[in-house]
Amino acid sequence: MKKIKWLVPTIYIIFLMLPIYWLLNMSFKTTTEIINVYSLWPQDFTLDNYKTIFTDSTWYMGYVNSIIYTVINTLTSVAAALPAAYAFSRYKFLGDKHLFFWLLTNRMAPPAVFALPFFQFYSSVNLFDTHIAIALSHCLFNIPLAVWILEGFMSAVPKELDETAYVDGYSFGRFFFKIFIPTIAAGIGITMFFCFMFSWVELLLAKTLTATIAKPIAAIMTRTSSTSGYELGLLAAAGSLTIIPGAVVIYFVRNYIAKGFAMGRV
Amino acid sequence: MNKTLNQKAWYFVIPVFVLVAFNAVVPLMTVVNYSFQETFGSNVFAWEGTRWFKEILHSERFHASLGRQAIFTFIILIIQLPLGIAIALTMPKKGWGVPVCLILMSMPLLIPWNVVGAMWNIFALPDIGFLGNSLNSIGFDYNFTQQSGDAWFTTILMDVWHWTSLVVLLSYAGLNSIQPAYYQAAEIDGASRWDVFRYIELPKMKKVLTLAILLRFMDSFMIYTEPFVLTGGGPGNATNFLSLDLVKMALGQFDLGPAAAMSLIYFLIVLLVCWIFYSLMMKDEGRA
Amino acid sequence: MAKITLKKLSHSYLTKQNNNSDWALRGVDIDWKDGGAYALLGPSGCGKTTLLNIISGLLKPTKGGVFFDDKDVTTLNPVERDIAQIFQFPVIYDTMTVYDNLAFPLKNRGLSETEIDAKVKEIGAMLELTPTLNNKASGLTADGKQKISLGRGLVRSDVNVIMFDEPLTVIDPHLKWVLRSKLKELHQKINRTMIYVTHDQIEALTFADQVVVMHEGQIVQTGTPVELFEKPKHTFVGHFIGSPGMNILPCEIKNGQINFEGKTLPSNTSIKKTNFSKTQVGIRPEFVNFSKEGIEVKIKRVSDTGRHKIIDTECKSGSIKILANAADEIPSGNAHITFDQKYTYAYGDNWIIE
Repeated sequence: MKKIKWLVPTIYIIFLMLPIYWLLNMSFKTTTEIINVYSLWPQDFTLDNYKTIFTDSTWYMGYVNSIIYTVINTLTSVAAALPAAYAFSRYKFLGDKHLFFWLLTNRMAPPAVFALPFFQFYSSVNLFDTHIAIALSHCLFNIPLAVWILEGFMSAVPKELDETAYVDGYSFGRFFFKIFIPTIAAGIGITMFFCFMFSWVELLLAKTLTATIAKPIAAIMTRTSSTSGYELGLLAAAGSLTIIPGAVVIYFVRNYIAKGFAMGRV
Repeated sequence: MNKTLNQKAWYFVIPVFVLVAFNAVVPLMTVVNYSFQETFGSNVFAWEGTRWFKEILHSERFHASLGRQAIFTFIILIIQLPLGIAIALTMPKKGWGVPVCLILMSMPLLIPWNVVGAMWNIFALPDIGFLGNSLNSIGFDYNFTQQSGDAWFTTILMDVWHWTSLVVLLSYAGLNSIQPAYYQAAEIDGASRWDVFRYIELPKMKKVLTLAILLRFMDSFMIYTEPFVLTGGGPGNATNFLSLDLVKMALGQFDLGPAAAMSLIYFLIVLLVCWIFYSLMMKDEGRA
Repeated sequence: MAKITLKKLSHSYLTKQNNNSDWALRGVDIDWKDGGAYALLGPSGCGKTTLLNIISGLLKPTKGGVFFDDKDVTTLNPVERDIAQIFQFPVIYDTMTVYDNLAFPLKNRGLSETEIDAKVKEIGAMLELTPTLNNKASGLTADGKQKISLGRGLVRSDVNVIMFDEPLTVIDPHLKWVLRSKLKELHQKINRTMIYVTHDQIEALTFADQVVVMHEGQIVQTGTPVELFEKPKHTFVGHFIGSPGMNILPCEIKNGQINFEGKTLPSNTSIKKTNFSKTQVGIRPEFVNFSKEGIEVKIKRVSDTGRHKIIDTECKSGSIKILANAADEIPSGNAHITFDQKYTYAYGDNWIIE
C-alpha cells in the first residue's frame, strides 16, 4: 500500500511535466524540423529561437514590460491592502461586512465584461498603453485577494500584541512596522506570491490596454501565433521563458507556502 | 477576536476602496449605461430600455453558449475536485518529497494563460504534437482543430492540467492541519481507512474545500484565454464558451448594447452562485 | 484488564544516538498490577508521553519489550492490544452525535445493535451524558467532549488499560476538580488499570495509588504519594514534589556522617560509599524546626499563606526554606535551626545514599 502511494503523485507530476517538456523540446528546434519531423528530442539542436528573443527588442521588451507592471501591481496591492486588512481584522465600523463582501465580488466579475469599458476608460484618462494602466487594472482582483489573505493572517495574531506595544510606549507607526509586520511576514510573502501570480498570468486586460509601448510578453506571443506562418519554435522559446519567473518566485516562497497555507484564511 | 468599534478605521480602508472602486464602479457604470441603449457608432445613443436584456435572455446564441459553459464547468468540477483531493491524500507529509511535490505541482499555476493555451496547442497538434501524434498512432482518429468532440476533450484535459494543482494544494493544506491525535484515536477505535476519510479528513477539510469549489467555479465559468488560444472557440462554435462569445460580440461586432446586457446577466449569474457559497461558508464560521 | 510489565525500554526518535540526551527513554523497567490507578509524573520532555505511546502501541520502542499479562505485545498495534487512550484535547467525530461517537468503537468490532445500545446507554449514564446523547457532538463544551473521548474508551468491555495523556489541559480550572473526582470515582467503580500522565503533581498525587516520577527519560522513583513525599530517592523528586520543594544543599561526608555547615548532622541514612562527585543533604521545609542551638541562619523573609508561614533563610551553604504553622512565633534576624533526623537524607550524585 505504501509503495502505491508514491505512484499517484509521481504519475501526476509526470503528467504535469509532459506539455512543459514538449514546449522546451520545440524551443530548441528549428521551425522546419518541427513541421517536418516528429521527434521526442531535437535532432537538430538550435539556440536560434532564444537568440532572436534576446536580441530582438520587440521580444525582450515584452518580458521587461510584464515584469514592470507585475512588480508595480504587487507592491501597490500589498501596500494598500496592509492597512485595510488591519482595519478589518481589528475594528468594527459602519459597513465593514458589506465592504468586505463587495471587495470579494470584484473577483467574481468576468474579465471579459470589463474588457471594453476598461479600454474606453483608460483611454479617456490618457493611460492607454502604459504599465500603470495594467498595474492599476489588475488591482481590481488582486487587492481583494490581498486583503482577504492578509486579514486571515492578521486575525491569527492576538490583539494583546498590539496592546502590549502601546503600553510599552510604541507609537502606532513604530508598532506596525517594527513589530506587527515581521510577525505576519509569512502572510505577506504568500500575498505577494498570489498577487504576482495572478498579475503575471492575466492576458485579456493586459492585451486590451496596450498597443506597443507597454505590451506584455503574453500579448506579443499571441500576435505571433495569429499571423500566418507559424513560427512555432520562436513561440515555444518565448513560452518557455515565461515559465522562469514563476519557477523562481515559487522557489523562494516554498517555505512560506507550506507554512502559510496551514495558517490564515485557509 | 474582540473588535473595537472605531469609525476612524475607514481611513485605513480608503486606499483600497479608491483603487478598487476606480476600476469597478466607472466601468460598471459604463456597462450599465450601454446595456440600456443602442449605439449608432461614434457616441450616438438611443434609449432602448430593457430591450437588450429581453433579446439576450431569449436569444438562441446566448442559450447555446450558456449551455456549453454550464456543461463545461460541471465537468470541470466533477473531475478536478475528487482528483485534487485524491492526489492530496497520497502526497508525503514530511521529508524531501514535500518541497519537490509542492514546487513541481505549482508550476502549471504560474504559467501565463495564453502560454498554457499555446503549449497545449503545440502539444495536441495531430501530426507534430506529442499527444496528437500518440493518440493517432494508437488508432484514435484525433484532430482537435476539426472535430468538436476532440476539441472538448482537449480543452477539458488542458484545464485539468492547469488547475487541478490548486485543488491539490488547498486540500493538502487542509489535511496537514489535522492533528495526529485524531488519526491515533481512530486507530484505537478500529476505524477503517474509509471511515477516517469520511469522519475525520473530509469534515476537517470543509473550509478549504468550500474555497476550492468557489474558486474553481468562478474561474472555470469565466474562462477565456486558454480556450481562445487553443481552439479560438472552434471548430465552428463547439468550444465557444460564454466569455469567448461575449468578447466576440463586444470587441468584434461592436454590438455594445447587447454585449453590455449580456455582461450584466453574466455577472449576476456568477454573483448569485458565489453569494450562495459565501453564505454557506460564513454560516458555519459564525456558528463556531 | 491486564498486568503491565515493561522491560528495559529505551527509545530514541533519532536514527543514530551519540549521547544520553539523544534518548527519549533510557532503560525503563516497570511492573504494574492489574486494576491499579497509576500516574506518570514529570516535567515536559521527560519522556512520559513517549512511554505512554509505547504502552498503547502508537509507537514501537527502539529497544526493550512491553508485556500484557506476560504476553509480549511489543509488536502489536493499538487495536490488537485492546487499550484506550484519552488525549490532551478532546478528540471526537464532529459530524456524529454523542450516541454515535460512543457507539463507533463497538460498531467497528462487530457488536449487535442491542448490545451497542445497552453499552452506550450505560456509559452515557455513568458520565452524565444521557441528556445530550442525541445532540451533535461538536456542540458540547470542552469538558463534555473529553467525557465523550473517555466514553469511547469505556464502552469497550475488553479494554486492558485506559491511558490518559494530560487530559485536563484544555478544561477550565473550576471544572478540573470536578472531572478529577469523576475519574477517581470511575476507577473505583470499574476497576480497570488506568495510567495517567501529567506534569501537575496535585493531579498525580490525588488520582494515583502509585506514582512513577520520570526525569530525563528515566524513572527516578516509584511509590505511593506518601512515600514520595517522605523519602525522595532522587533530588529531582525532592524538588518536584511538595510546595515548596525539598531543600537540597551541598554537604560533605565525614566518617560516614553528613557534615553540613561545619556540624555533624544526625540523619536517616548510614553512609557506606563515599566516592561521589557531588554530595548533598536534603530536608523538607516541613521538617525544619527552630531551636536554641543548631545551624546558624539569617531570616530573610516571612510569607504568610494563610494556613502556613514560609520562611526564607540563608546560611553559608545556601538558602533554606522553612514551613511553619500559621500560629507559630517566628524569630527575626539570626536564628538556629535543626533538621528532623527521621527525614534528613544524604544524596550522592543526586541519588539517595542508603
